[in-house]
Amino acid sequence: MCDTCGCSITPANAHLVQADGKLEHTSEGKASVEVLTSLLHENDHQAAHNREHMDRHGVLAINLMSSPGSGKTSLLEATIDALGDDLSIAVIEGDLETENDAMRIRAKGVPAVQITTGQACHLDAHMVHDALHELPLDGVDLLFIENVGNLVCPASFDLGHHVNVTLLSVTEGDDKPAKYPVMFRAADLVLLTKSDFLEMMDDFDTAKAERHVRELANPAPVFTLSVRRPATMSSWLSWLKQMVEMRRQGESLVPSVQPDGTALHFHGHPGG
Amino acid sequence: MHELAICQGILSQVGAIAREQGANRVDHIVLSIGPLSGVEPPLLDRAFEVARCGTVAEEATLEIRGSTLVVSCRQCGNENEAEPNRLLCSACGGWQVNVKQGDEMLLLRVELSGL
Repeated sequence: MCDTCGCSITPANAHLVQADGKLEHTSEGKASVEVLTSLLHENDHQAAHNREHMDRHGVLAINLMSSPGSGKTSLLEATIDALGDDLSIAVIEGDLETENDAMRIRAKGVPAVQITTGQACHLDAHMVHDALHELPLDGVDLLFIENVGNLVCPASFDLGHHVNVTLLSVTEGDDKPAKYPVMFRAADLVLLTKSDFLEMMDDFDTAKAERHVRELANPAPVFTLSVRRPATMSSWLSWLKQMVEMRRQGESLVPSVQPDGTALHFHGHPGG
Repeated sequence: MHELAICQGILSQVGAIAREQGANRVDHIVLSIGPLSGVEPPLLDRAFEVARCGTVAEEATLEIRGSTLVVSCRQCGNENEAEPNRLLCSACGGWQVNVKQGDEMLLLRVELSGL
């Protein structure tokens, strides 16, 4: 990967590929530099390289986010069962500790790399870059990146993926999108999982959850499903196939993590 | 809560700028952080106090400028302030709005000395 991704760009020399900041001298021996770059500029730079790498291999990369225990790994297992014959799938797993989730994926015959973050509560583009070194993407259609279970931090970090999918299980409360606006605003698709529990509960209103997502000015589709009820998985599976097809047609896809508020001063990498 | 990771990003950037300009000290850093950025300014302040130690910015002061969250309606053109979890047009009630301001986290300005 490093032959072509330009990851020899390090924090020490990254400034060489940035345009010069506007420099003013305030007084003798002092200077003031106007910058106007994102605080996550370095992460975004690495993410852009990762995305280039994915695009070159024609891979659709999906960042899967949710609270711990919403069913991300189970969703991947069920998705592999349903689509494994039609699409070539690979997975990057992110957890603080253990290889448990990667092992579950490998048991399905799908290659998986486990990132153990130690204490980091989210994945970032540098970690994903390192994981990609261990995951040949030739022939892969669909790469899932299962993020650390956390409804707060992961939403802010572009990994170099194409779409964000956020899970919310029906045992968590239908007002979670209102409580975690940054995460649910970043979702390109929201999945309400464990819907088989709805028949035992009367306090999760899927329409309310969807309304809260809309109130974040987010038009993302909201699907309700249960991995224990294969018939409920069809919207998700169709959506996936549609996104893979869009990628194949060369449609340029970036996730909703990029703010639409300010004109970000993004410095492109020469030749990239 | 990833403010420490953000601080590392800030310090990396200001360190590179200081080196580029031939400065040996970062005196002052100005940021713009909006309410929908996912970053909490008080937490960032506290994380910065720790993260800056041993760097060229170890005595730098941090100035965090907040902003108001403003949305612009695609349906009726109205612009209004909004809450992070209620991004609605105040004129037509629609949710088909763009966030014009309030989701940014930017490094605005770096003041250096010892050039």
